[in-house]
Amino acid sequence: MFGYNREPFLFKAYLPVRLSELLPGNTAVVREVEDVGSADPIARRLRDLGFVAGEPVKLVTRGPVGGDPLLVQIGFTRFALRRSEAARVRLQSAGATP
Amino acid sequence: MSSAETALRIALVGNPNCGKTALFNLLTGSRQKVANYAGVTVERKQGRYIAPSGRVVDLLDLPGAYSLDAASPDEAITRDVCLGIAAGETRPDLLVCVADATNLRLHLRFVLEVRRLGVPVVLALNMMDAAARRGIRIDIAALERELGIPVIETVAVKRAGARALVERIDGPLPPLPPTGDADLDLHAEVRRLLAATVSMPTRTAATDDAIDRIALHPLWGLVLLGVLMFLIFQSVFSWAEPLMDGIENGIKALGGWSVAALPEGPLRSLLADGVFAGIGSVLVFLPQILILFLFILALEESGYLPRAAFLLDRLMFKAGLSGRSFIPLLSSFACAIPGIMATRSIQDPRDRLATIMVAPLMTCSARLPVYTLLIAAFIPQRTVAGLFNLQGIVLFALYVAGIVSALAVAFVIKRLRRDRSEHALLLELPSYRWPHPRDLAIGLWERAWIFLKRVGGIILALTVLLWFLSSFPAPPEGATGPAIDYSFAGRIGRALEVVFAPVGFNWQICIALIPGLAAREVAVAALGTVYSLSGSDDTIAAELGPLIAGQWPLATALSLLVWYIFAPQCISTLAVIRRETNSWRNVWIAAGYLFALAYAASFITYQITRALTS
Ligand SMILES: Nc1nc2c(ncn2[C@@H]2O[C@H](COP(=O)(O)OP(=O)(O)O)[C@@H](O)[C@H]2O)c(=O)[nH]1
Ligand SMILES: [Mg+2]
Repeated sequence: MFGYNREPFLFKAYLPVRLSELLPGNTAVVREVEDVGSADPIARRLRDLGFVAGEPVKLVTRGPVGGDPLLVQIGFTRFALRRSEAARVRLQSAGATP
Repeated sequence: MSSAETALRIALVGNPNCGKTALFNLLTGSRQKVANYAGVTVERKQGRYIAPSGRVVDLLDLPGAYSLDAASPDEAITRDVCLGIAAGETRPDLLVCVADATNLRLHLRFVLEVRRLGVPVVLALNMMDAAARRGIRIDIAALERELGIPVIETVAVKRAGARALVERIDGPLPPLPPTGDADLDLHAEVRRLLAATVSMPTRTAATDDAIDRIALHPLWGLVLLGVLMFLIFQSVFSWAEPLMDGIENGIKALGGWSVAALPEGPLRSLLADGVFAGIGSVLVFLPQILILFLFILALEESGYLPRAAFLLDRLMFKAGLSGRSFIPLLSSFACAIPGIMATRSIQDPRDRLATIMVAPLMTCSARLPVYTLLIAAFIPQRTVAGLFNLQGIVLFALYVAGIVSALAVAFVIKRLRRDRSEHALLLELPSYRWPHPRDLAIGLWERAWIFLKRVGGIILALTVLLWFLSSFPAPPEGATGPAIDYSFAGRIGRALEVVFAPVGFNWQICIALIPGLAAREVAVAALGTVYSLSGSDDTIAAELGPLIAGQWPLATALSLLVWYIFAPQCISTLAVIRRETNSWRNVWIAAGYLFALAYAASFITYQITRALTS
């Protein structure tokens, strides 16, 4: 749904780059959390909650209105994250190692 | 008595929703609020118990925190106590770090953070019952060895569930935890600990997944939420009725009996017109308030509320709030005061302020008596679509009107705001849990007690005061009209009537509005007293409803209903706004906009209804 938005002319396997692009039901591995601006408190909190390199993360479902917020499983815990928050989480491309 | 110096000082710390408060209640026998979502405890609470050895233990319950790097006002309280920088407080002798055994990937990281504070720490692995049910096995001895701190299993919701913890605390203080490497990667360490000590068949509970498939479904989830809310208001009306009739008859009988024995005179009037007519008319609403609370308590404990916040976040965000505002606003249906305090768990200060400003628009339970009185008197008892009670629908509509105006006001606040940077949500969804019938019963009992204390305290006091103002000075010799016309209250009412005539309020209503500022239910009690005193006979006005139904035009009744949607403020709410925002300006803004909205909406309602019905 969102995977082709960025590169509409490239026909390649669906490879979400950010957590916000992951499809419901799919799992990926976190690469890193990016700061938006300097000393981003949201990014810091995400890292505290377990969004760190090598951690598997699953997009469970999306909110009813406009597909926002996202319900994300990290570790044994489920968090509701807004799309903009989830966009800070970059994912590893499949097969890559941390 | 042991002095405070020899008491052992302990603080309970840990992630939100791991059972700290349940443990605190179990140990100290207190009844602090326990519920199944993050952000229930927003203040430090102190309690005390006597250990088996006879030693006094001062226990501190703290708000949950995901990290000592605090992100919200409640987390800052916990950080300050842990670091020993809280004002007027020395550092605890021992930290009991509580962790949810089913959620260790998240909670162990905080344990590691606490371990390096340089204070003795005991880890309480709570919710061992839930862990056992899910087949989670934890090698306690190995965990203890790896962490270098004592690890004790607890079940905070079972009576003997903290016995081992009590014994461990009563023993010698554990040695300081190993300081270790200052820049140890906490997440890597948690993963290592989990691999070495915990076996977990599945990451999540199967029941949670099954329920969430429906409860969070884009369509069915919203339908479920709507049906649930609607059912609550239907039952507030239909279940409560037989009970209310019972109470009403009881008060009438008691009033008639006790008044009959007294001679004619001020004392008799005080009892009949002040106490029974005033208090009786409020007491009748106890069943409705309890039914509302039964639902709120059950929802709070079930774990559904954060799900509702998830479903509604987008909508609330568009209106200038956040999904996180949902729970404080829902608590405001009970009373705006705990609701406003609950906003402390909102991280974003802008969202927090907006939530505080609109919380008074949520229909608090003190407005229920006013609504019910007017609805029962003016809205016919009819079945709509073969299923729904028309009175229930009107009540629901009044609640909806409160919600819609809150969203509208929040939207305006958002528009006026200059800082448009991003807002965070970051909300944890807990496991579902069955509410314990015993906890519900205790919760309801407490609510009933609070209500009765209010009735016997402030409401009684105001009613008696109002009776006094309405009875004195006595009418001059040869006066013809009812005595109240000549009293202080009568004169005040008449003076105010000038202001409120455009919205259709008669002078009796104007009198009732004033004590209603202190506690909204008193408005009903005051009407009871005023009408009882203006009446020619001594009927006890548990019959206030039929009485006003005969005297008021429909336009006046609807106008008063609408007035109470906005109900310019009980004074305690304003005081809490002042305390939580630390600003008089916000108090003036809140009171001002509520009054303006109430007046405008009542004016429109009154004029339109009058035009249509005349
Ligand atoms: N099954 C189970 N539930 C628990 C236990 N301890 C607490 N709870 C529940 O967990 C939820 C959170 O408890 P609370 O004391 O408010 O957590 P706090 O936020 O850490 O203070 C409530 O729904 C409690 O009923 C336990 O040992 N077992
Ligand atoms: Mg608590």
